[in-house]
Amino acid sequence: MAEDREPPALLDASHAGSTDPEDGEDLFVSAVSKMEASPTSPAEPIIISSSNGPEPEPEEIFLDEDPDDLFAEATEEVSLDSPERQPILSDGPSPAITPVTPTVTLDPRVSEAFARSPDQDEDEEENRDAFDVQISVSDPEKVGDGMNAYMVYKVSTKTSLSIFSRDQVSVKRRFSDFLGLHSKLASKYMHIGYIVPPAPEKSIVGMTKVKVGKEDTSSAEFVEKRRSALERYLMRTVKHPVLLKDPDVLQFLESSELPRAVSTQALSGAGILRMVNKAADAVNKMTIKMNESDAWFEEKQQQFENLDVQLRKLHASVESLVCHRKELSVNTVSFAKSSAMLGNSEDHTALSRALSQLAEVEEKIDTLHQDQACNDFFMFSELLGDYVRLITAVKGVFDQRMKTWGKWQEAEMMLQRKREAEAKLQYANKPDKLQQAKDEIKEEIEEWEGKVQQGERDFEQISKIIRREVGRFEKDRVKDFKVVIVKYLESLVHTQQQLIKYWEAFLPEAKAIA
Amino acid sequence: MEGSSAESALSVSADSIRITDLTQDGDVLTFAITSQKLNSSAGVCVFRAYEDFEWLQQSLFSQENVPGLQGIIFPPLPPKALPLQSNMQTKALKQLGFLALGQDWQGYCKALEFYLQQVATHPTLCKCKALDSFLINSESPGKQRGRKGIFNRLSQAVEEMRKESHKDVDNFFQNERNKNTNIAALSKVATEKLIDVVMTEQKLALACGHFSTSLHLCVNQDDAAAVAFSKVCLKLSDIIEAVKQNFEKVASNNLTTLGLGLDLESRYQEAEKEMLFRRTCKLIELETVKKSTEKAKANKREVMEEFQKAVEKEFSLISSVAKEEIERFHSSRVNVLKNVLIGWCEQQLNTAKECAELYSQHLEACRNMYSE
Repeated sequence: MAEDREPPALLDASHAGSTDPEDGEDLFVSAVSKMEASPTSPAEPIIISSSNGPEPEPEEIFLDEDPDDLFAEATEEVSLDSPERQPILSDGPSPAITPVTPTVTLDPRVSEAFARSPDQDEDEEENRDAFDVQISVSDPEKVGDGMNAYMVYKVSTKTSLSIFSRDQVSVKRRFSDFLGLHSKLASKYMHIGYIVPPAPEKSIVGMTKVKVGKEDTSSAEFVEKRRSALERYLMRTVKHPVLLKDPDVLQFLESSELPRAVSTQALSGAGILRMVNKAADAVNKMTIKMNESDAWFEEKQQQFENLDVQLRKLHASVESLVCHRKELSVNTVSFAKSSAMLGNSEDHTALSRALSQLAEVEEKIDTLHQDQACNDFFMFSELLGDYVRLITAVKGVFDQRMKTWGKWQEAEMMLQRKREAEAKLQYANKPDKLQQAKDEIKEEIEEWEGKVQQGERDFEQISKIIRREVGRFEKDRVKDFKVVIVKYLESLVHTQQQLIKYWEAFLPEAKAIA
Repeated sequence: MEGSSAESALSVSADSIRITDLTQDGDVLTFAITSQKLNSSAGVCVFRAYEDFEWLQQSLFSQENVPGLQGIIFPPLPPKALPLQSNMQTKALKQLGFLALGQDWQGYCKALEFYLQQVATHPTLCKCKALDSFLINSESPGKQRGRKGIFNRLSQAVEEMRKESHKDVDNFFQNERNKNTNIAALSKVATEKLIDVVMTEQKLALACGHFSTSLHLCVNQDDAAAVAFSKVCLKLSDIIEAVKQNFEKVASNNLTTLGLGLDLESRYQEAEKEMLFRRTCKLIELETVKKSTEKAKANKREVMEEFQKAVEKEFSLISSVAKEEIERFHSSRVNVLKNVLIGWCEQQLNTAKECAELYSQHLEACRNMYSE
């Protein structure tokens, strides 16, 4: 299909991307890599649909509708020295607002995307402070009962970005919807090197408790934990400049009805396929020995391995902290009770009252402990957990790069074989079939040469994207931690001030004992 | 060593008794006890081991010619301390309770010091020669075993249990016994619960320490991004270190004020219980003698009646001493508890203020550093 869409010769050696339409993914890959070839420097593919600029416009937005047609249109539209390029360049580093109407119009967005230069993307990076989307997940509601029950969450989006159709919108989503969203994003973006934030984990135990209707603190905690995790997941996803524009994301946030994502269930056909793929990937990882020519990747991979270990350790430390705090809360309450009993049995009035006050103070302190335990948990434990999972996504992206390299090498090998076959044909003894065979082989060689070039481009593309993604990840990581530290300190200060109040209230009671 | 005379009195000021130092040699703990002489400005310093305290307590129990000795609520001697090793924590806890938790024996020394002060300020006990010699003789009393005096620990024999619940002839004492049983049990429970709290606080401090150390391990200088992250980790490490120190202080405050106070109250209630039990035993003895006298044959009757009169006299002496002791005990314990509660509250308040200040500084610094 893509073959007829050969772009103008300006685009350097762009081949009709994928002749193997097994999965929609490849379709996209070729689209991107095709677009990136710039007349200025063929050696440095411009990442149009980059992760940096707050509003790159990858054409994958339209893939869901009718990939072939739209893709074709995009091809025809693009021309890197098309006149559209100039005016859009002059827009310069603008905040993340696309001057388009919400109903998707192809031309301006697509050409705008192609007009991005790497420098512009860097500038846009700085202006990400203008990023203005606030998502909250709230109001968990149980729907149905028994084992068929599920929780529904209200997802509210507040934004001034115009890619959204409204300033404020609220929709109801269930957990499998989130998983479905992640699954779509992962299949679209991970293999080209974007770090797609992982969705919160399933929890059979937690969910069963909720389904069965246990109205205790542990299931309330579970629901709150999940709600918070879903909120963080969405915020991380929209903070990614590429993912923000994805139609699946927009649909998720805005449309009132969403088709049920059944393929997220573990035992569905898709689920089993996932498991098979995971196994296949694992085997591949072992068999592909990549010749790493770029030291940066080797270093980074090692760094991420180290970081993984460190974060897991930190996570374990914090979990232990949370556990002890809970224990302290239990003990404090117990002590408060025993103190109250002492107070009740005490004859001396003032002493009795003081002891009862002591019990009250201890109970108040216990509330503080519980709050602080929550803070420890939500601020650090969940943050660290999120990052451990994010690192898994990062590692996945590095693995994708290895796979891409593998594909490229495979293509090289095939090309080699075809060339050898061609050479052999020179010495063949079947003259009548010779010409036909020669023609065939020539075609095949051309085909594989194309694939080799494609493979190389893909590899360079994914490497470039990964570099950017890693840079973004590292910046975000520092930001996230800073934000949490400040929040944590605020909670610490608040707790202490409460404590001071309680002690100051108790002191006169103690002094009043005659 | 034994005996006392009405004229002998303590030669040092009771308020000046201090335990100033503690040395440990293997299993043996030696305490340095200082006090001020009453008639001069000279100070005295002696060195005593735990056995010497036990000797003193025994001597107090076995005094002769002290009317109604059994009615005295004897200041409770803290139990013997095992040398502090981490793996002995639970054993020590069971025996020593609170006194095992202090890191540097501070609590324990304070408890022993308080014991000596209580003995020295007791109107009757301060006259015991043994106390004076304990406090000023350079030679320790050594292994002298005093006469076995009145028992000081309730045995668990079923018989004793039965005696303990023997109905009293005097309402005042019956009430006191009931209240005492109740409060003794409750204060013991409260002490144990507070121990749990303190131990958890200490565990939290440890956990914070681990967290803080783990953060240090995240530091690396590979590239600019790593450096930025390392800075953040180090900052957090400092904060967690501050949290840890706060826990340590809070635990220590709980220990040295409320903890020791509750422990003392608990042990004193036990001491009162023992006194009341002694009196009850005397009551039972009296009632038994009365019955025997009634049943006695004429020839033995006079002897029995003499004997009965003697027991009656003892019992009435014990009761009157006991009454005074109980009044004294009540007012003193309220005072002690008041001071304990005030001290506890003030220390925790100070710690909370210091901590709030420190956290605020960190917060300020972070806000400044992180405002980009």
